[in-house]
Amino acid sequence: MALSDKDRIFQNLYGRQPWNLAAARMRGNWDGTAAIIARGRDTVIEEVKNSGLRGRGGAGFPTGMKWSFMPKQSDGRPSYLVVNADESEPGTCKDRDIIRHDPHTLIEGCLIAGFAMGAHAGYIYIRGEYYNESVVLEAAIQEAYDAGLLGRNAAGSGWDFDLYVHRGAGAYICGEETALIESLEGKKGMPRLKPPFPAAVGLYGCPTTVNNVETIAVVPEILRRGPEWFSSFGRPKNSGTKIFCIQGHVNNPCNVEAEMSIPMRELIERYAGGVRGGWDNLLCVIPGGSSTPLLPKHICDDVLMDFDALREHRSGLGTAGVIVMDKSTDVIKAIARLAAFYKHESCGQCTPCREGMGWQKRMMDRMVEGNAEIEEIDVLENVTRRIEGHTICALADGGVWPVQGLIRHFRPLMEERIRDYKKRHSMPLAAE
Amino acid sequence: MSAPAHKEPHSFGFDAESEAKIATILKRYPESKQASAVIPLLYVAQRQMGRLTGSAWVPRVAMDVIADRLSMPPIRVYEVATFYFMFNMQPIGRHHLQLCGTTPCMLRGSDDVLRACKDAGGVKGVGDTSADGMFTLTEVECLGACVNAPILQIDDDYYEDLSYESTVKLLEAFKRGERPKPGSAIGRMASAPAGEQTVLTGRGDE
Repeated sequence: MALSDKDRIFQNLYGRQPWNLAAARMRGNWDGTAAIIARGRDTVIEEVKNSGLRGRGGAGFPTGMKWSFMPKQSDGRPSYLVVNADESEPGTCKDRDIIRHDPHTLIEGCLIAGFAMGAHAGYIYIRGEYYNESVVLEAAIQEAYDAGLLGRNAAGSGWDFDLYVHRGAGAYICGEETALIESLEGKKGMPRLKPPFPAAVGLYGCPTTVNNVETIAVVPEILRRGPEWFSSFGRPKNSGTKIFCIQGHVNNPCNVEAEMSIPMRELIERYAGGVRGGWDNLLCVIPGGSSTPLLPKHICDDVLMDFDALREHRSGLGTAGVIVMDKSTDVIKAIARLAAFYKHESCGQCTPCREGMGWQKRMMDRMVEGNAEIEEIDVLENVTRRIEGHTICALADGGVWPVQGLIRHFRPLMEERIRDYKKRHSMPLAAE
Repeated sequence: MSAPAHKEPHSFGFDAESEAKIATILKRYPESKQASAVIPLLYVAQRQMGRLTGSAWVPRVAMDVIADRLSMPPIRVYEVATFYFMFNMQPIGRHHLQLCGTTPCMLRGSDDVLRACKDAGGVKGVGDTSADGMFTLTEVECLGACVNAPILQIDDDYYEDLSYESTVKLLEAFKRGERPKPGSAIGRMASAPAGEQTVLTGRGDE
């Protein structure tokens, strides 16, 4: 049973209609927002919890629970909502579509989320490269102000709420929530040690919750249709609909909102026209953005696309950026390019990451050539284990997982390449 | 070499257009937290340089002006400007070719786009500026438009679904002073799949 259009939250994902407020209202946005807020803070959080919504930015933390960590009573400090629109995980391009084509889903979500966490102000931190998207978002926010949907007594709810756009400037690390906060404060984007967590000490030292764009943007529709509607899609604890970004060696790359727990094969074949050259031409898939370890074809044959199923295979749903590679791919090179990405994007704060990402890249470059010893595959694997978990943030973890996945599933290929290299470069034994 | 030589200016001041922008920016942040405006003001400076000199970069004197305006030590502004990849610390060509070479684009042929940038853009490789001062090529990390790979960002705009041929055509147009419409080079609507549409068709499917 494929998801039907009526159950898609993002009715204008592709921008067939205008993004503006009038068109957004026709699509059902901003319908009864004040009545939702009138249910009260505890009820809103309870309903979000009951919907089973888990964060859409990669970590999959239950959203309602995250909101409940915010202080109920202010100690004099204001609270802040910060929306993470830094979308930089290779393979991920879903928030871009929400912002440029359906911005009012996000803006309405910000008001409701802000109310639910006691925040009167919110910042949307959008990656700097999304310049045109930020222009649309600012215009949509202005429309909302002009219509009384933001500002004093926003949408007639009795809640005051201001919303601002802040552009980043090209740093993957700023997708990490505390680095994002540092950046928003006007500093280098270097992650903070936790605790204290942002809900206690966040932006400007005040209680703050950072949520992904998609997470916030689905909230109004969940509250309009009821938590049971949302949780009716997908398996328990993996509920809802989700935007998947299907790309790489498929016939028709696309973004699509589908139900959670959809089989990977069905997702690729139904929406993206299948693997180039047919399913049997599949080599492997990175299921959830660059940080999630690749899965070889035999796992892809029947794996479900949700947090728990992919985790069972030692990968993850991440941001649901589905990177498909067919048999023509040099998979060692594909992963080496990701190693180069993480080297480039390490903020340099923690030694294991700063030194490790560069070392890993150089090692992977040699693996692409085969210019290595077979034992060095073990050295590489061993060093990634020493990097993992030994840094302030998860960038280094995400940086070593793709390499670990490659070794786990394609070690014979790596060994073969080393042997081939040796064959081509062996010195002929001296005759006589 | 007819390329205009862009040198470190002796002084920098925001013009009226920039000042108007700055006034709206500063209002976004609490009064005692004006340092938050450092990235936005660096953008304003870079954009003004592009507008007035044809090369969008941030000279040191501009950073000093920003530090003064936000009551920050200059080193804090230098730190931020050099940490973030989108600020050009040296003069660049009139148009900034930002080629994504990360795995999703690599799988879809970003090497062909690179070749086209060299052939039609007149750049020798990544980091180079063409002799006519028209283009500077930078390899950037994932631009976040992966279902439309490969991507070339030119200045603010994303050009998507490129091939060698369409990139050559694109750069030729820029050389003629045109600015082709951003988006898909194969006529796709945003991130929708090419070909027959099966979702969000507006037809209803019940």
